[in-house]
Amino acid sequence: MDDFLAARSQMAMSLGFHIIFACIGMVMPFFMSISHFIYLKTGNVLYKGLTKAWSRGVAIFFATGAVSGTMLSFELGLLWPTFMEHAGPIFGMPFSLEGTAFFIEAIALGFFLYGWGRFNRWFHWATGVVVGLSGIASGILVVAANAWMNSPAGFDYVDGQYLNIDPIAAMFNDAWFSQALHMVLAAFVATGFAVAGVHALMLLKGKNTSFHHAAFRIAALSACIAALLQPVSGDISAKDVAKRQPVKLAAMEAHFDTEPRAPFIVGGIPDEENDTVRYALKIPGLLSFLAHGDVDKPVMGLKDVPRENRPPVAVTHYAFQLMIGLGMLLAALAVVYLYGLIRKRPWLSSRWLLRLFVVAIPMGYIALEAGWTVTEVGRQPWIIHEVMRTADAVTPMPGIVYSFYLFTAIFISLSLIVIFLLYRQIKMVGRLYDPTDPEYQKNP
Amino acid sequence: MLYIVIAYLWASICLYILLGGADFGAGIVELVSKPKHRKTVRNIMYDAIGPIWEANHMWLIIAIVILFVGFPEIYTTMSVYMHIPLVLMLLGIIARGTAFAFRHYDAVTDEMQTVYSHVFTLSSLITPFFLGIIAAATVSRTIDTEATDFLSAYVYSWLNPFGVSVGFFTVAICGYLAAVFAVGQTADAGHQRMLVRLARAFIAIAVACGGAVFVSAHRSGIPLVEWIVGDLWGQLAVLLATLSLVALFVALNRRSVLWMRLLAGFQVVMILFAATYRHYPHLILLKNGGDLSLTDHHGGLASIDALGWALVLGSIFILPALFYLMYAFRGNRK
Repeated sequence: MDDFLAARSQMAMSLGFHIIFACIGMVMPFFMSISHFIYLKTGNVLYKGLTKAWSRGVAIFFATGAVSGTMLSFELGLLWPTFMEHAGPIFGMPFSLEGTAFFIEAIALGFFLYGWGRFNRWFHWATGVVVGLSGIASGILVVAANAWMNSPAGFDYVDGQYLNIDPIAAMFNDAWFSQALHMVLAAFVATGFAVAGVHALMLLKGKNTSFHHAAFRIAALSACIAALLQPVSGDISAKDVAKRQPVKLAAMEAHFDTEPRAPFIVGGIPDEENDTVRYALKIPGLLSFLAHGDVDKPVMGLKDVPRENRPPVAVTHYAFQLMIGLGMLLAALAVVYLYGLIRKRPWLSSRWLLRLFVVAIPMGYIALEAGWTVTEVGRQPWIIHEVMRTADAVTPMPGIVYSFYLFTAIFISLSLIVIFLLYRQIKMVGRLYDPTDPEYQKNP
Repeated sequence: MLYIVIAYLWASICLYILLGGADFGAGIVELVSKPKHRKTVRNIMYDAIGPIWEANHMWLIIAIVILFVGFPEIYTTMSVYMHIPLVLMLLGIIARGTAFAFRHYDAVTDEMQTVYSHVFTLSSLITPFFLGIIAAATVSRTIDTEATDFLSAYVYSWLNPFGVSVGFFTVAICGYLAAVFAVGQTADAGHQRMLVRLARAFIAIAVACGGAVFVSAHRSGIPLVEWIVGDLWGQLAVLLATLSLVALFVALNRRSVLWMRLLAGFQVVMILFAATYRHYPHLILLKNGGDLSLTDHHGGLASIDALGWALVLGSIFILPALFYLMYAFRGNRK
């Protein structure tokens, strides 16, 4: 593995892990606050237990997300110094605001976790909501910075110089809204289905059922609503990418020939040497329609792009297919669940439905990682779209491959410990969090 | 606006050393305390930092963001030539934060607690050590941007006796801050006695390490003495730091919590002031005689303006909330 590939892999891995920790840290506070709200309104102690149980999860993921985020703010410079030297002053605005949001999140979390019985209960509740809101704000701001790399704005690039810098225009670049919307919804879909699935699994085991049922309902409802909104946001994103980054769209679709009535390609194996895709199912005109809202409009193909400016087609295409496929499955599950809920169907608590939710546990996160792969790999070979190449941004220090191994080991062990901790939390629900359980200890 | 941004940079570094440093110190004190006291120390420290430790570490992020948005050349030079100590420091930050959170939030209390504690205390030691090394490297004219071989470019830039002694000095300061802070967190006279003893021991170690810093600076040809006492402001800072140290001993003996905290904090601020102001506005002194300065190597003024406004607006939100957090959980005694 050469140093450039090692640097890219390390960055991809760090972001890939951080994105999971960060999304959970963004969404769980809302679940926690909903449960807390129900407790404060009804006085049902079951929800107090649930709020505490979830807040433990939030604390674990916030700590992990905070350290992996701290690390990323250094890794940007450690791995991509040339990029940061030029990009820092331009796309720094969202980062400086994110510092504030992140700070407020940490403060609010301190209030929330340690504030039981200390403050006015609605003030205490509000601090939990602030944790969630500032988490979302952080997420949106960081994605706005990433969007700038896809849609550079707020400067003039003249003879290798970055002139007339306007940090505000850079922050509100053309891609920020569609990317941030897609990301926030994805966080709710992925975390919602994962949390709902875990509680569904516990319901299938038949212990602490009223506790897990309460938890399942909050998470499943949020996940399903987000899963139905996500295709709409995906459509906004697709049209946006078609306009700004036609090369990325072509790679996503493994679309080689520029043509009107461009087909939407399902599956298939892209052959990048011969500029073709084999064994694919083609739906005529659908890509033109999705990209431009008109079946007759031509869509640019990769053959029009010099090879050195093309992203890796196969990876982008597979990741895109995976994201769409899983997104559709989750949306279908959402339709079934919401239908059952609205029509009050008896099968709502049936074992098959719970099993479907268990199967869905990893799906949202796989889709989320796939989507992230699409946007990052699809931007290659550029680190700043059509301004700076990734290969020109990498650190001159040799031996990055060892750093990559080191960080891989860290992230894998961190994830294993987090999973181990969650397993233990769940195992202890009866004793620590569920007041209706005979083994419950009030002050363990 | 540039000067506001520079002031924020200095303030965040200062607050990181005070608050984050006391936080690291909590682990260091736990590490060096006698086994029979360790559980007590752990509980006192936990009550002290539990609600606020996450916020304490935000100052590092603020400082880093200021550097890469406002002073990208300085940030990238450090990132390239300090790569190895930065990674080691990051390892410490990751291990420490997660071990601390995991130790508290593990639903089952068993032998894993020992693992978390080991990781937490060791990484509390490593992180400030490398922080000190990095700080030392910025002023020791060892960063060689023209080096061609790996060792001179990426290792000897930071690995030298001066850096190591500053690293140990930083560790001692952290332990000292934490021990002094912890005295006020317990009402038990026996525990207070133990913590005061620890605080004195850390002050002694810090003074010894400080001596080592001067000796190693002298031997490496770094004009540290001249920098620090070369003019009136430096002399004043050193005088105030020494006086506050004497006053601190009195405050420790009298167990007056507010005074000991104020004096310890003030003393560390004076040390930081004495160590940095003579270089101002230069942040990095390079081997080739060049300097990276805050007033010459900043990003465009539009970026500095935006950054300054973001910092000012941010403080309006952050500072009241932070003060209220610290106030609400002050003297979290059991």
